[in-house]
Amino acid sequence: MSQTEWPLWEVFIRSKQGLNHKHVGSLRAADAEMAVENARDVYTRRSEGISIWVVESNQIFASDPTEAEELFEPAHSKVYRHPTFYDVPDGISHM
Amino acid sequence: MNNALFTYTLRIADDSLILGHRVSEWCGHGPILEEDIALTNIALDLIGQATSLLEYAALTEGKGRSADDLAFLRYEKHYTNALLVEQPNGDFGKTIVRQWLFDTFRLFFYEALTHSKDEQLAAIAEKSLKETKYHCKHSSEWVIRLGDGTEESHQRTQAAVDALWRFADELFFQDETDQELIAAGIAVDLVPLRALWMERIQHVLNESTLRLPENNWTQKGGRTGNHSEHLGYLLTEMQYMQRAYPGMEW
Repeated sequence: MSQTEWPLWEVFIRSKQGLNHKHVGSLRAADAEMAVENARDVYTRRSEGISIWVVESNQIFASDPTEAEELFEPAHSKVYRHPTFYDVPDGISHM
Repeated sequence: MNNALFTYTLRIADDSLILGHRVSEWCGHGPILEEDIALTNIALDLIGQATSLLEYAALTEGKGRSADDLAFLRYEKHYTNALLVEQPNGDFGKTIVRQWLFDTFRLFFYEALTHSKDEQLAAIAEKSLKETKYHCKHSSEWVIRLGDGTEESHQRTQAAVDALWRFADELFFQDETDQELIAAGIAVDLVPLRALWMERIQHVLNESTLRLPENNWTQKGGRTGNHSEHLGYLLTEMQYMQRAYPGMEW
């Protein structure tokens, strides 16, 4: 065997209808189908989900942590991008 | 009638209980963490099914025995599980082949049992069927993966099929208990189930490049209490707490 460990997969679970899939962790599996089954066994034993996505970890292209300054800091000084300057009219709930 | 219903329910319960215990022996020893959890889940499902079935068996018996009494305080000869489920785990391939032969049987069995005129059995079957569908998918996929895998995995899985095939026949065992309850619309007639089972087994065998042994010798006895030497060891471990500390609860 040239490869001694199965590929790593990232697991995303949708906890209920209408919500989005959330990253919950990772696991190893030989193929996508096994990854879904393993995710079912590892991450939904306590009724945490109704839908599972798996993505092979090496298929994820991530931002570079050393570039965090130029990527994210410029947004910190732009508070006007948050819609916090509006008065919410009476009678509007859940805001 | 009640006696037949007790015997019938106990047989189903014992298959689940003994296989559940066997699979639980993998806890902490699985080939990888993910599969360790998968096997433990399956063991828990089976023991859960055994609990419901034994509670019902205890009720139909009506002699004041509890589900725990039935699970932990019977002697070897009074267990009525099929020989297949008491066979030792062996390597992972053997555990998977044992599970696959049984799961495939249970899938068709529970499907049919949901139509039982006995409401309690039908309800247990309905709940258990969902679990069994997953078990069967899990074990079938593993048989294919191992059989059609590396040279070593193929050889080990083939050895498991050769070793366990002789016990598969007993899953379709029927006697006067079954006949009485089939007539009453309670029990499942296993005769028509067998062709369905064989078709599914053959399909997975083809996919996995495995073959059935040429030797058609079959071995049975579990349903009537004549077990292989392995059950005694299993019970010694399973019953230890109740034997050492009678009536212990937790």
